[in-house]
Amino acid sequence: MEVRRGRAWNRPIPNGEGDYGEFYAACAEGRLLVQRCPACDHRQFYPRPVCTRCGATPEWLECAGTGTVHTYTIIRQYRAEPFGSEVPYALAMIDLPEGPRIFGPITDVDVDDVHIDMPVEAYAVEFEEGRAVPQWRPRASEATAATAGDRGR
Amino acid sequence: MAEYLGIRHRYIDSTMTGGAAFEFHVQHAAAAIREGLAEAILVTYGSNQLSRMGRRLGTGGFVRANERVVGPSQFTAPFGLPLVGCYAMAAMRHMHEFGTKPEQLAQIAVGVREFAGLNPLARHRDPITVDDVLSSRMIADPLHLLDCCVITDGGGAIVITTEERARDLEQKPVYVLGAAGAQTHWNIDQMPDFTQIAATQSGPEAMGQAGVVHDDIDTLQLYDSFTITVLLMLEGLGFCAKGEGGAFVAEGHLRKGGKFPTNTDGGGLSSNHPGMRGIFLLIEAVRQLRGQAGDAQVPDCEVALCCGSGGFLSCIGTVVLGNDRPA
Repeated sequence: MEVRRGRAWNRPIPNGEGDYGEFYAACAEGRLLVQRCPACDHRQFYPRPVCTRCGATPEWLECAGTGTVHTYTIIRQYRAEPFGSEVPYALAMIDLPEGPRIFGPITDVDVDDVHIDMPVEAYAVEFEEGRAVPQWRPRASEATAATAGDRGR
Repeated sequence: MAEYLGIRHRYIDSTMTGGAAFEFHVQHAAAAIREGLAEAILVTYGSNQLSRMGRRLGTGGFVRANERVVGPSQFTAPFGLPLVGCYAMAAMRHMHEFGTKPEQLAQIAVGVREFAGLNPLARHRDPITVDDVLSSRMIADPLHLLDCCVITDGGGAIVITTEERARDLEQKPVYVLGAAGAQTHWNIDQMPDFTQIAATQSGPEAMGQAGVVHDDIDTLQLYDSFTITVLLMLEGLGFCAKGEGGAFVAEGHLRKGGKFPTNTDGGGLSSNHPGMRGIFLLIEAVRQLRGQAGDAQVPDCEVALCCGSGGFLSCIGTVVLGNDRPA
């Protein structure tokens, strides 16, 4: 997962307490983590100290950094900065092949081209030194197809 | 509130499940009264949402840039997701899975506005058409301005007491026939199925307690924060099959004179929404059951169902009320 560093983070800051901090630190190293239960193999995100299915203590599972759009919206009105100046922008729930679903922005795309089932890939954006969040963009192969006018909807 | 009114209570409940809190309060109050923990319970609400915050509620600005976000909401709050965006993601998925059309969602807003025209206190009273909804500006795809509720100030109160105590009161008693609450998640990113809400649990439980089936219900008061909220409730409560909400509303069942006149006060979409609308569902149901609903009165109204949604389609409370004592 590509990590973009050195840009000022002008939005609300993830606090990163407890297990959350480990997630953001891994993200800043280019690794996207979710949790896997060693007892029942349940996968979950966001990180918690217990498996929500069986109560055992979860372990980290490193993901491929790919996903598909489960659902999305395009925000066209927002009454505060910086987002008010950034509309329209796309926000989505991403299905990870590892199991969990994760929320995030889809960038590097014309918002009108975003669609459900769209293949996306994660990249990381550092919001503090050594801490990053995942964001999403069209998967490289998909972007190429789009350029060739070959996007199947 | 207890201090302000000088009430020395022996039972208090501050359950906060967002806009559905009042339906949960009815469930808790009825149980407390049955158990003898209280004899008369005041459920109350007041909000100066519009005066205090303007119309920001649905479109962001709760968390300031450079503010630190703690807890699980830190996985959504930093990315500019307004309240309306949460509901928009549910609507988008519903359209994808079931072919639900924007025109069908718009039908909900049109029907509710028709009732608002009969309520002199409603915020917006002029009739609207499906085209008006579809040509209003997009706020968060696929939800247009007129798919979204109004923002107002407002308040209300209800008193719940024993049948014995209610018998000789000035107002005709309305009976709590069933009340149930359920929750699937809190933060929107944890919603297990974006096309299904916890009404699938609280609906059958409340209707089961009441011993009623869908055809027994004379009016619905459904939390219309957005048009999609109503659609998901109709499906979750079982008034139509999952995925068929769009066709169901297009058949006009929610309209005046329809099988299930819905949000007869003009709802949140057209009448009022001070942030937590659940108490108004109960108040309008009581007015209908007492025959006090004026021009919007549903003929022979004997059983009403209220369904509140709180959080981000998270907590769903269902209350069945009747004007005849339970069998």
